[in-house]
Amino acid sequence: MCAVLLCGFDVPAQSSLELVGKTAPEFVRSDLAGREVDLKKNRGKVVLLNFWATWCAPCQVELPEFERWQHAYGAQGLQVIAISMDDGDAPVRRTVRRLHLDFPVLMGDAKLGEAYGGVLGLPVTLLIDREGKVVSQFKGETDLGEMESQVKQLLAR
Amino acid sequence: MSSKLLWQIVLSLTTVVPAAMAPGAYAQFSDPASEPLSAMTVPQAQLMQPAELAAMLKAGGAQQPVMLQVGSHVMFAQAHIPGSRYAGPGSQLSGLQLLEKAVALTPKPKLIVIYCGCCPWNRCPNIGPAFQRLHNLGFTNVKALYLPNNFGDDWMARGYAVAKGE
Repeated sequence: MCAVLLCGFDVPAQSSLELVGKTAPEFVRSDLAGREVDLKKNRGKVVLLNFWATWCAPCQVELPEFERWQHAYGAQGLQVIAISMDDGDAPVRRTVRRLHLDFPVLMGDAKLGEAYGGVLGLPVTLLIDREGKVVSQFKGETDLGEMESQVKQLLAR
Repeated sequence: MSSKLLWQIVLSLTTVVPAAMAPGAYAQFSDPASEPLSAMTVPQAQLMQPAELAAMLKAGGAQQPVMLQVGSHVMFAQAHIPGSRYAGPGSQLSGLQLLEKAVALTPKPKLIVIYCGCCPWNRCPNIGPAFQRLHNLGFTNVKALYLPNNFGDDWMARGYAVAKGE
């Protein structure tokens, strides 16, 4: 009966977990500073793609760390891109200022969330290798030490 | 000024000032006086498990609860429980006003199920305030759908019904 209830409803074609091993869905969007962010143009870099929101407490713990990693590993090819799933940009801009975030911060929406398999809980972070392939995903409160370790391994390739 | 009145003022300042100066994840909320209550404040007896709600939806009939998503609208648009309406976010005054509007014509004894699933239950800033607001409005049969991790993992990934859009 659950399958019957699902019939006729649209569900994401693949969960974000199923993106691991596949090319990250492309997007071109402007960040809060008005700069164009084209995911495809980051080929050759290791991309840390983070979905977050201002009301998400674990996200507030992660973002300063990501800022630190951007500075520490940027020269080796790390690019952090943060996508806010807030309903409006005002609180996002305040948070960006408060946390002094230098990496691109974009406003996400349902369409972008669906492209990534449905972002139905935060935070979600995808690590994308230099060829544009999603190599790992972290959801919820996560071990940032493990994530950083994977970032360093990808940068070393 | 009497010493009693002076003492009352001092006591009030020890709660108001620290709350106003508290940094952290909730600093963006528009009304600092209404810092979100944790979802952990919802009594255990008022929690509803996903399987129970799914069975209720499957059974259909006239006893369907009023279902309200009190979290993120961006997430609601991606996927929500069929028949539920958006009435949030519970962590903001505007969201609580939307919630009040959503239940304005609902009889007080009617079963209302609120849910969010934005983030891990113990971190959710929306369920607690929404639950408290409904309680304060006099609703006597409010349940909170217990989603320990998030809506994706605890509802959709289990194969329960979902709908998309507004």
